[in-house]
Amino acid sequence: MPKIALTHLETAILFALLISVVLGVVTKKTDRDRLQYGLYCFACFVGTIFGLGWLMKLGHG
Amino acid sequence: MADKSVAAALNPKKSVPIMKWVTPVIIGWLVPGGGHIYQGRMQRGLLLGISTIVCFLFGLLMRGAFFEPQTGDLLTTLIYTGGNVANKMVGIPYFLATWLGYNQADLAGHVHDYGTKFLAGAGLLNVLSLVDTYEIATGQKD
Repeated sequence: MPKIALTHLETAILFALLISVVLGVVTKKTDRDRLQYGLYCFACFVGTIFGLGWLMKLGHG
Repeated sequence: MADKSVAAALNPKKSVPIMKWVTPVIIGWLVPGGGHIYQGRMQRGLLLGISTIVCFLFGLLMRGAFFEPQTGDLLTTLIYTGGNVANKMVGIPYFLATWLGYNQADLAGHVHDYGTKFLAGAGLLNVLSLVDTYEIATGQKD
């Protein structure tokens, strides 16, 4: 079986994408709301990834 | 007493027969997204199933470890037993992987670590799908 080695950023974005799809599908009632909520969740995840990333970088000095 | 009967009349509790929801929930557990497909929600079932299985496959490809149940202090029990339950919630893909001999040791390294989280995360995504399946079957959701 092949082994893949993704970076922290690639892995976190992939995980965010998969979770956003599921959250969008299960929480809203119309397709339009599902798409909007999925995109919103994904944007929040990515924003948090970059925000925490910068926070850790600045924290390290 | 009168208040209770008025409240009961306004919000009658619907008793949903167990057979109405247990079949789609079991199908959804064994085959991610299968519960929705069984209920005629093909598009949603495919989205949920593909997301869960892709998450699981990436976990395998990153050589994540399955959690083995352990007891000890509260945190250890919670993490390892909870993780083991989360792994099993993926259904057939998990049982197939273990049956085919996938047995990755828990190694150090961020790729292995992410893989372990992807494997447990796939199970948790399937739990969300199962809750949705249950709500559809009991008429709480369309």
